[in-house]
Parts: sequence; structure tokens; C-alpha cells
Amino acid sequence: MRIVAIFLFTAFAAGCGNNGSTPQALSADDLAFQKKLQEQFLDAKAGTVIQIPAGKHALDRVLTLRANGVTIRGEGSDKSILSFKNEISGPEGILVYASDFTIEHLAIEDSKGDGLKINDGENIAVRDVRVEWTGGPKTTNGAYGIYPVKSKNVLIEDSSSIGASDAGIYVGQSQNVIVRRNRAEKNVAGIEIENTIGADVYDNTATGNTGGILIFNMPNLALPGQSTRVFKNTSIKNNLANFGAKGSAVASVPAGSGVVVNSNPKVEIFDNDIADNKTANLIISSYYSTSYYNTRGVDPKYDPYPRAIFIYDNRFKGGGDSPDGLDLKTLKTAMFGINGHFPDILWDGYVDAKNQVNGLPPAEERICVRNGSAEVLNADGPNKYKNPKIDKASFQCELPKLAAIELPHS
Amino acid sequence: MHFFAEGRPAKLSDWQVVYADGGKLALNAGVIAYDLNTPLFSDYAHKLRTVWMPPGASAQYSAEGNFEFPVGTIITKTFYYPTPKGTARDAKLAARTYDQSRDFAGTGRSGEGLRLANVHLIETRVLVRRADGWQALPYVWNAAQSEAELARTGDTMPLELVAEDGAREAFTYVVPNENQCAGCHVVDLSTKAIAPIGTRARHLNRSFEYASGTDNQLLHWSKAGYLAGLPELSGVARNADWRNVAEPVAARARAYLDVNCGHCHNAKGPANTTALDLTIFADDDRHLGVCKPPVAAGRGTGDHFFDVVPGKPKDSILAYRLLSNEPGVMMPEQGRSTTHREGVALIEQWIASLPGNCES
Repeated sequence: MRIVAIFLFTAFAAGCGNNGSTPQALSADDLAFQKKLQEQFLDAKAGTVIQIPAGKHALDRVLTLRANGVTIRGEGSDKSILSFKNEISGPEGILVYASDFTIEHLAIEDSKGDGLKINDGENIAVRDVRVEWTGGPKTTNGAYGIYPVKSKNVLIEDSSSIGASDAGIYVGQSQNVIVRRNRAEKNVAGIEIENTIGADVYDNTATGNTGGILIFNMPNLALPGQSTRVFKNTSIKNNLANFGAKGSAVASVPAGSGVVVNSNPKVEIFDNDIADNKTANLIISSYYSTSYYNTRGVDPKYDPYPRAIFIYDNRFKGGGDSPDGLDLKTLKTAMFGINGHFPDILWDGYVDAKNQVNGLPPAEERICVRNGSAEVLNADGPNKYKNPKIDKASFQCELPKLAAIELPHS
Repeated sequence: MHFFAEGRPAKLSDWQVVYADGGKLALNAGVIAYDLNTPLFSDYAHKLRTVWMPPGASAQYSAEGNFEFPVGTIITKTFYYPTPKGTARDAKLAARTYDQSRDFAGTGRSGEGLRLANVHLIETRVLVRRADGWQALPYVWNAAQSEAELARTGDTMPLELVAEDGAREAFTYVVPNENQCAGCHVVDLSTKAIAPIGTRARHLNRSFEYASGTDNQLLHWSKAGYLAGLPELSGVARNADWRNVAEPVAARARAYLDVNCGHCHNAKGPANTTALDLTIFADDDRHLGVCKPPVAAGRGTGDHFFDVVPGKPKDSILAYRLLSNEPGVMMPEQGRSTTHREGVALIEQWIASLPGNCES
């Protein structure tokens, strides 16, 4: 039998088949604007600056860029708006296969798929870009807001994502990344760093999402991630019901998760304000706690354990009082009563049994907490939550601090 | 034929490869038409594919990859629909049929061109091999069916498929813009170079009814001087014909996935971010999606947990995304606006035939 998922969330069975509706035709002005803009994207070469004038521009197909060294620049993320509400061919809003790329001061709205996807680029800057699904959180919204993948030297700053049906700001399979001063709201996952090596996530605000800030490693991918610093962020009231389609990576995130580390090693979480997240302010978990693990579909070389997690000097407040999902609700009530709450840190309790020293992981692989009165609940997931316990002593340790990320262009 | 070493000729006829002439879409001398064992699905459009190379030049054979084509090679693909039987000619009506018997001008097959009285031309895509690599140029046919004009930024047109039983399905036909051409034709992100997709030995290794008689396409190319280095045919791979029920379901399904998905879902392709390899070469395990959790499918999961669940096509993300025609859910992401019923049925049949489960 598959391991029962403590963190499995029962998503709504949302109707996301063929919507059947015929998109409205664009106005003559919008068609002319789109044709001209498409030509600019086709003709762009190193040094080209594509200006997006103020105004709301309706487009019906993806804008694809394949030339290196290009800048796309609007007049402000509340002024220059590209609306893909009538999109018939995409599915992204803007799709970029290029390096030395800057996009700034504009908004992308209502794309059928991802808002901004950047695949296989180097030296990427996303600045003051707003990606939003204007109808609010819906399963039929595009998956990712701002989505650099397989890229190197990535800067995302002063941007926002609202309403993504998977992750708002999603950095996947990338290296050397800074995500700072962004706002993520009403997404399933606010900010997600996945299979990425070297990321600094700071001065962001994640609120009103299902989960605020996620650091994940997924199986089967070429790049196992590690080394992420999450600091000086505000992650509060991420209590939105999970509206992700079942089976998507974030569908297993319980509503009310402030910061979640899943199967990702070398993560440092410090100096954040994490508050009023109703499942737990901070969750440390293994891929075994998701409902996706099976021996046939997961690379046996995949490491599902969160190793070397260092949590210190955060300001936790509230939260843990109304966890999502029957298993967690039952656990919370049994341990802390109807009016009680989980401690700030919830750990599913999966450990690499092959790699234990006196009942603990080796010093350099432990979960370490230096965070005042904050406590850790070991949920005892491997034993179906039979013996959950609060255990402070096991987490009394320190880890070497990770180096700051430096980018050539930040 | 006119090879333009640079620039973008405004009219398809400038290339002098295929052109409308006296009631037919004719091929110029030396232009060879070809078919694929299993083609890409494009909203049920029929396709006339041609290749031409400069005199004396030939492509170098490759067993698995693209042939090495000489500078000056011009490949075209004309997308057209047979006019529905029993209806007045209407440019918006497109027959949904696999029957090609009315398409051709001569007694043989497309070597003698298309009969314009029976078909409606939509677009012709040109792939030209220049000194600095391949370039893709889309041309859209005019209402008079006399000329196709360059459409760099693509086009959209409302059409209606008419099935043989008269059932109708309205859809928007999308002509890709130049960058969207690259969306499929950049099969290797490490080079980001545009390349043909269909002109590989395993797709071309089949017979074709030429005006001069039936012949194996690779042999025909070889005899015409278009292909150097062709080994004995017995040693050349051949993908299944997805519609040939005499071939094993798995072979037909793998051929279908190879040509419809493999240009992105290969080890170096744009979809290698997903760890899903749908080429004919992928191992028949998690690499092919068996019990594999999705990576970045988002709502494309359709509430399913794995790409391929053996025995359970309705629980498999792969079948779900092929069935959808909604941008953001459907796969392939571009190149179609309708669902390929028969293609989905084949993939479902194949998934149903797979042994085991994803339970342990």
C-alpha cells in the first residue's frame, strides 16, 4: 500500500476540460498592436529594447522571444498591461528562450498557461513585473506566474504574482538565483524554489496563498537542488483553500503553510516574520509525505530527505490552530485540544534510517533550530502518526551558514 | 526553383517549388513529394510535403538523427483540406477525413500535385537550409487559391470540420508565427537551431506512389541523388504507421508519440524540464511516463497523479492532455486546436495494454 499522505490535500474536482467557449475576437486596434509587437519580437536582436506603451493591450497568442540580449520594458506594472484573456494559442503569455534578458515595468494578465516562462536562459532579470489572473484564485488559471526554468543567474525583484493555480513565482532547475522584494498573493504556492542550486529569497511578502514560500526537490530531474537561504521575508496568513489540480506538485500543500521545505537539503531559514498560518508556520517534510511516491515512477537515486536545515531567529506568531486535512486536524486536536495549536515547526519525521548516528542524522545533516521558544512537532509520519512528540533536544544544533548569492547583473 | 540565400520572399511562388497552376497545385521539376509513416496531427489537415536540393547536392544519411542537408535545400509542407462531399464550395468548410483519394491531380499520388477543385489550401510552410542554418517561413494562401503570401506573424482563421456523417465542429485554425515554428523545430535547446522534424530515416522509410511507380522513399531519394550513404534497407529503422491495425499497438503508439511529442519531449528538447521522454528511443519505464509524477503540469494534471498509469488510460495525464483542446492543458501545446479522436483512442488503447500498476 502506498504510504498514506499526511499532507495530502483533497483538492476540489474542478472542471478543467474543454471550456468550449469561443474567445472573443480582438478589436482591429488590438490586432494591429499585436501584429506590430509580434514583428518586434521576431526582429529583436542583441540590444533591442521592446517598449510596451501604457494601456491595456489585448492579445490572442503567446509572445515568443528567441534572441539574446533583449529588454522588454513597459511604463509600469500598473500601466503597461498585456491581457491574454482571449488567448487562443499559447499557452504562455510571454515565452522566452534567450539569455541576457531583462523584462521590467509591465503586467501580464490572464494567460491560459504560465504568465512569463523563461527556459534555458542565462543572466535573467525580471523587475517590477506583475502577473495576475484577474478573476481571483481558480483552478483554471494558468499554472505559474513568473517561471524561470533551467536558467542561470536569475534575478526576480519588485514583482508580483496573483492567482496562479500552481506557484506564483516559481524558479525551477536553475542555478544562482535571487528572489527579492516580491509579493505573492492568492496563489496555491506563493514563491517556490524547486530543484535549484543556490538561491537567496529575501524581503518578499507572501500572504493569502495556500502555502507562502516553498523549497522543494522533485524526483527524476537532472538537477537535485540545494543551498537556499530564506530570510527577512514576511509570510503571513497563507490560509487559502488549496485550489491546485490534484496531482500537481503543490496540491499536497495544506492550506495554512507559512514556509515549507520538502526533500531539499541545505536550507537556511532566518530573520523572517512568519505568522498566522493555520496549519503551521513552518513545515519540514519528505517526498514520502506526498501521495506521489512509488517505486516504479521515482528514480531510485532521488534523495527524498530534507537534510541540513537550519532555522534561527525567525519571528513566529500565531498559526497552527486550524490545520488543513483530516489527519492533521485529528492530530492537532488529540495532542493540543480543540483550542490548542501546533507548535511553530511541523516535521513529518521521516529520516534516512541508513544514515543515523546514535539515533540522529550526522551533525552536518541535521535539522537545527535556534529560534527562542519555537518548538518542533515530530508528527511520526513513518509510523502513521502513532507517536507524535515535541522534541526540543534533537534540534539543538547549528549548521555552517550558507554563502550569499552574487549575481553578475544585480 | 529559386534558392534565396537570405531574406524573406513575399510570395510562395517566388521559391518556384510548389505553385498554383491551371487547377492544380503543381510541383516544379526535381521537387519530390514525400509522406511519413506516422505524421504530426494538425487539426485533421492533409499535407503535401516536398523536398528539393540544388543540382549535384545531396543529404547525408543518419540512422537516428536528422539527415545532414546541403545548403540550398528547400522543404515545403502545404496544409490543405479536402472540400466536404455534397456541400457547395465554402472556404470555411474542411472535410474531416483520412481519405486522400480525391486530393491528387494525377492518377498517381502527390508527385503530380493537388487537384484544386477538390481541396482548399490553407498554408505552406517553407524550411530553407541556408549557410547559417535552417529558417522557417509561413505562407498563407489567398482566397482565390492563386498565391500564398508571407505571414511572419502567423494568422488565425475560423474553420469548420465536416465529418463524413455531416457532423460539424467549428475551430480556429492557427498558422504559427516564425517564433512558434521554432517552438517545434528547435528540437535541441543546447544549439537552439531550427531543424526539420519529419525527414529522419524512421519516418521516411516507407513506400510512395510516384508518377513513375511505387518505390521506397529512401531508395527513391537515393536514386534521385538526394541521399548519400543509405545502407541496405533491411538495416534502416522504420516507425509504425499509426493507422495500420496490422502493426502492434505499442509500436503504433510509440510512433505516434515520437512524431507528435518527441520534438520537445526528448533529452535535449525544450520539455526536458519535465523528465518525460516520448521519443521512440525512450526506455519503456518512468522515462516514458510510467507511474511518473508530473513536474510542472499545473492544472494539466486533470486531477491525475501520474503521466501514465498502466491499464488505466482515464487516470493518465498523458491521455488527458492529448484529449483536451484547451490552451494550458492540452498537449502538444501548439499546432492544434481540435482533439485528435483517433490518436487519443490509440494512446488509450496502448495505456490499457500496459501491465502492472503504480501502487508500490
